Amino acid sequence: MAEIECPECGHVIETTGLVTVCPECGADLREVMEELGHRRERLRDVARDDSVTTHEFIVRTKDLHKVYQMGEVEVPALKGVELNVRRGEYLSIMGPSGSGKTTLFNMVGGLDKPTKGTCFIEEVDMAQLDAFELAWLRCRKIGYIFQTFNLIPVMTALENVTLPMIFAGMSSDDMMDRGAMLLDLVGLGERLHHKPYELSGGQQQRVAVARALANNPAIILADEPTGNLDLQTGKEIIDLLKELNQESGVTLISATHDLKMIDVSDRVVHVRDGQVERIENRADLDLDVGTLGSESAPEHGE
Amino acid sequence: MIKPELARRMYDGESDWGEVQRQISLPWAEAARISYRNVTMRLGRALITGAGVVLGIAFLVSVWTAKVAQDGMAQSEAQRARAITQEETELAPGAEEAKLEEQARAARQTWLVVMSLLVSAVGITNSMLMSVTERFREIGTMKCLGALDEFIVRLFLIESAVLGLLGSIAGALVGHGVMLLVYLTKQSDVAAWMDWGQMLEYIGVAVIIGTFLSLLAAVPPAVRAARMRPAAALQTEI
Repeated sequence: MAEIECPECGHVIETTGLVTVCPECGADLREVMEELGHRRERLRDVARDDSVTTHEFIVRTKDLHKVYQMGEVEVPALKGVELNVRRGEYLSIMGPSGSGKTTLFNMVGGLDKPTKGTCFIEEVDMAQLDAFELAWLRCRKIGYIFQTFNLIPVMTALENVTLPMIFAGMSSDDMMDRGAMLLDLVGLGERLHHKPYELSGGQQQRVAVARALANNPAIILADEPTGNLDLQTGKEIIDLLKELNQESGVTLISATHDLKMIDVSDRVVHVRDGQVERIENRADLDLDVGTLGSESAPEHGE
Repeated sequence: MIKPELARRMYDGESDWGEVQRQISLPWAEAARISYRNVTMRLGRALITGAGVVLGIAFLVSVWTAKVAQDGMAQSEAQRARAITQEETELAPGAEEAKLEEQARAARQTWLVVMSLLVSAVGITNSMLMSVTERFREIGTMKCLGALDEFIVRLFLIESAVLGLLGSIAGALVGHGVMLLVYLTKQSDVAAWMDWGQMLEYIGVAVIIGTFLSLLAAVPPAVRAARMRPAAALQTEI
């Protein structure tokens, strides 16, 4: 159902897309409908209903290159990355600093444009999206979690979580309910009205996790989510992410060099020098590690 | 840790993308609320930003107050002189000289007004530039959450308009008050001779100029910040 406004008399018609004349004044609505249909089709491409479409890979990159221009010098950060991310998987991107993890993260999240190559989300080429569609994608399809939390300092926990919902056009009451529910979900039900500086690092990151979930994203991108946290708090955040991944089936992509993350990942992509060095399947690797979240990080090797 | 029923609720609610309104929006009421938050929460910073406006407008209004006061004084003197020389039909011998002096004074005043406008413009632009630049990360975050460029611009424009308006009013009051005090010490009955209608008009014009300059000064940095790619905005270190 959509609401369209008659250009002649301003009458608002609720329709599934089949009317051609305005019931009030009889004006021709075909042009309006066509425009609406065009817009919807493009958006539908971006936001294919998860229940209908079943692309195996939710994120796909093809020959992804990124070159940063540092004054006169060209610094290549990515050199032809090929990466396929399956729907619902927990993928960790590992690599030393400067290996291109964050750059890859930015490309996949639509935060930066590749110099060469393409990045597909739900088989939609991100380079083809205009500013509106890109914003829509960031708002509804992807949830971001950062190393430095990046909460808006002047807003309370609840306001931080509801900000993406404002952009998504949710009504104020729904927003408050859902925001409180999400904060409860991450264990901060008692701290809805605290400002970020009144919260510990772990709590701030929990707010960020709740914010990432605000609009039911299909993908959560986490860039070193435990990088600024102590061991125990970091582990709690990892457990939280893993649980979300298992309970809701959200795809989790995390750039990290935290070995604790490997424990819970379905696959680990090792990035080195702007290229995918190797991909490890958890299933292939630690057959002997029966339980998730075991204390010691398993040994890895080819 | 997560209660499963909560997780299920989270995804049951609106999991059907088809029903969700396909739009990105920032209603003006929400924008105003966020901007208001930004001003009140960072009151210290807002006051510094506003100080640029206050000082500039105070300067402008003080110059105008001086003008109105001097006009008033000149008028009172003229009347007194007329009272003394009531019988004489000829102009006083110093009249020609007084006229020249009057012209010089007017030129000086115009110069001061132009200077004070320049000071306001530079002060306001500088303040706005700083307040936008130091929030690049925040802007990057907002863009990650789905904000369109125009939302960012809108937030900053509301904020600068509010700051500009409040700063201008404060500046006008300060500038007017101080200059009036100065003239009151010179001549205690100056208030009686001043053209208050003219004075109010000047104060109104100064407030409008201040608000407008603040808005204008915020546009370029806000647009620049809004156009940044989120990745670049997020990486800025202040």
